[in-house]
Amino acid sequence: MAWGLALAAAFAVTAVFFVARPFLREPAPASDRLDELAPAVRQQVALAEERDRALDALKELEFDHRTGKVSDDDYRAQVGPLRRRAAEALRALEAREQGPHDSVPASEEPARS
Amino acid sequence: MAALGRAALLLAFGLFAYALIAGSYAAWRKRRRLALSAQNALIAAFPATLVASAILLVALGRHDFTFAYVAEHTSRNLPLGYTLSAFWGGQEGSLLLWLVILTGYAALAVWLNRRQRELIAWTVPVFGLIAVFFSFMLCFVSSPFHQQVAPADGKGMVPSLQNPYMLAHPPMLYLGYVGLSVPFAFAMGALLSGRTDERWIVATRRWTLAAWTFLGVGQLLGAHWAYTEIGWGGYYAWDPVENAALMPWLAATAFLHSVMIQEKRGMLKVWNMVLVALAFNLSVFGTFLTRSGVINSVHSFSQSPIGAWILGFLIFTVAFSVVLIRWRLPLLRTKTRLESLVSREATFVYNNLLLVALALTILWGVLWPVLSQAVGQTRSLSKPYYDFFLHTFGLPLILLMGIGPLVAWRKASVRSLGKTFLIPFGVAVVTGGVLLGLGFDSSWAGLLAYTFSAFVVASIVLEFVRGRAAAGGIRRLVSRNRRRYGGYIVHAAVVLLAIGIAGSSAYQTIRENTQLRPGQSMEIAGYTATYRTIADVKGADYTGFRSVLTVTGHGEGFTVDPGTNYYGPVVGSSTEASIYHDPRTLGDFFATASCVTTASGACRADGAIDLTLLVKPLINLIWVGGFVFVFGALVAMWPDAVEQRRLAARYAAGAAPAGI
Repeated sequence: MAWGLALAAAFAVTAVFFVARPFLREPAPASDRLDELAPAVRQQVALAEERDRALDALKELEFDHRTGKVSDDDYRAQVGPLRRRAAEALRALEAREQGPHDSVPASEEPARS
Repeated sequence: MAALGRAALLLAFGLFAYALIAGSYAAWRKRRRLALSAQNALIAAFPATLVASAILLVALGRHDFTFAYVAEHTSRNLPLGYTLSAFWGGQEGSLLLWLVILTGYAALAVWLNRRQRELIAWTVPVFGLIAVFFSFMLCFVSSPFHQQVAPADGKGMVPSLQNPYMLAHPPMLYLGYVGLSVPFAFAMGALLSGRTDERWIVATRRWTLAAWTFLGVGQLLGAHWAYTEIGWGGYYAWDPVENAALMPWLAATAFLHSVMIQEKRGMLKVWNMVLVALAFNLSVFGTFLTRSGVINSVHSFSQSPIGAWILGFLIFTVAFSVVLIRWRLPLLRTKTRLESLVSREATFVYNNLLLVALALTILWGVLWPVLSQAVGQTRSLSKPYYDFFLHTFGLPLILLMGIGPLVAWRKASVRSLGKTFLIPFGVAVVTGGVLLGLGFDSSWAGLLAYTFSAFVVASIVLEFVRGRAAAGGIRRLVSRNRRRYGGYIVHAAVVLLAIGIAGSSAYQTIRENTQLRPGQSMEIAGYTATYRTIADVKGADYTGFRSVLTVTGHGEGFTVDPGTNYYGPVVGSSTEASIYHDPRTLGDFFATASCVTTASGACRADGAIDLTLLVKPLINLIWVGGFVFVFGALVAMWPDAVEQRRLAARYAAGAAPAGI
């Protein structure tokens, strides 16, 4: 019984120390603010997702065409808009990465909310 | 030792409460160190629950009957493996298993995603909320560490639980049930934090797949256990507790499909949140069903007061999910729409509707007896109800598994469809025609299941053959999209399951013979079974008999020895089925026997038995399908370094330095 309670106490102390560790490591931090994604960064993430989707859609179309699921006519009809979409997504992302992060032109909005 | 167990659980409860309260405050007020501290509390609770679990296992192993739980579920002559499996054989132990798995999953998932601070800050309190409930139950309502004056021996274990499958089946189910907490916690964390991008999906993709795989394997193991051990010749009885595992699995299946639409097209964000919440809440509902005593089932625990607590928790989590999704609807709405009703994404939507419809009709079947009892007329829905909806929704689902891979993303023209459908359609027509000619129209559902299965197999084979040619090799093909090709392998497993289920249910043969004496024979489906003799058997904790039958037919000759084991007046008896697996037909010859007794309850001296024989064609495809299912799931889950680098780069902007 006694050793059990002693073990429990030791375990509890260790746990409390572990829980308190962020405060022990940084007793007086310069900032205690939890990082929140700035709207500009959120937009950048959304654009990166849109870019990946557009590139993935192109890859899928190419592969479906090669495997015979998409006819030549359908391929020609779809590949142009998909390429444009991918190019727009890449351009928007590059502009976001190079330019100021405080505002985003409406034309760079991703194709979803 | 029990005191240490109680202390460990109390410590865990305190840590979870801290993770919930401090974590919520930190996420709300944006306090970085406090959020890290709450995260650490969640992680530190895992060793605490491990200690509690280790203590219960040691008590079981030492037959320490001062633990009421150990005395209630084991006895001295119980083999060690089954003694340790009593950990999840009772109410309190299984709750502890829920908690230890939940804590382990939560600690690992949070640790792996610790750089996504904004998302994790809200995910930690959601995990804390679930864990607070279960640790509260273990500390204050249903403790496995309740002590008593030790009796000379324990009550023992129910015979049907003394089966090797029971060593793996319940833990697998729990790994699945509890695993659904991970996508739920991240999804709710995403809603709370407003991070409704795909980060939470990326973080939980493999967790969901693993939970879904465990749940599927757990159900298959349970089905095999029921088949070999319960002795009624079936493997799924639409029992409420069996349904309780099937419903979240169906919802998770729907989610695994629809989440691909969100990733590829940015659509179905609301629907995916609904599915994640549905899967988790159905797993809590399953926990409620097994423990509340509201339904009668061979699988449920005895009636106990904890049912009301779990019902309260379920109502809370349903309300919590609905309110959060409703609150964040503006962030979840998307502009993208389906371009065509004939496209890959459209087939995914149809698949989702069928899966959810099937899950909800099963839910209604489970709830109906409870609801009708509440208005004073107890009525239950039995096999015909479930079979009707299984055929109505299940057969189109099989067909969709074949159609989906053949249809292009976005939109498909009639001309392309005609080209890609030609071979699978031809294979299906020929298969259906041949089966019709062979007289398989005795069951239209069975005939359709076989025909649709042929269509799916042809479609999958075609997909691999064409894909291999386009990609330049099978390895390159699979590695370019492991999820897709792993998914196709899982589809092949589902086809094996469908063929096995159709064969063993729609085309099975059953014969019963009462008072069969040695020397007499029985005919069934081309086999002749001759009853030779009866023999006594004795095991560590039972006595019983085996009736020996020689069977000939279909060019085969074999022996089966069905019988009964008797475990004493408290535990009772169990039917011991004898099964011959025919390697050529992949079917089974299944036999059960009970001896005809005298007025005193002893077997009659003339050896008369009541014999039941079943011939179940193709049933072994179900179990083979289980292995294919696991293989496919592993292929889909296998890490893809290129994909991981791409995703890491995508979310690098939102990541913070690691820290504890």
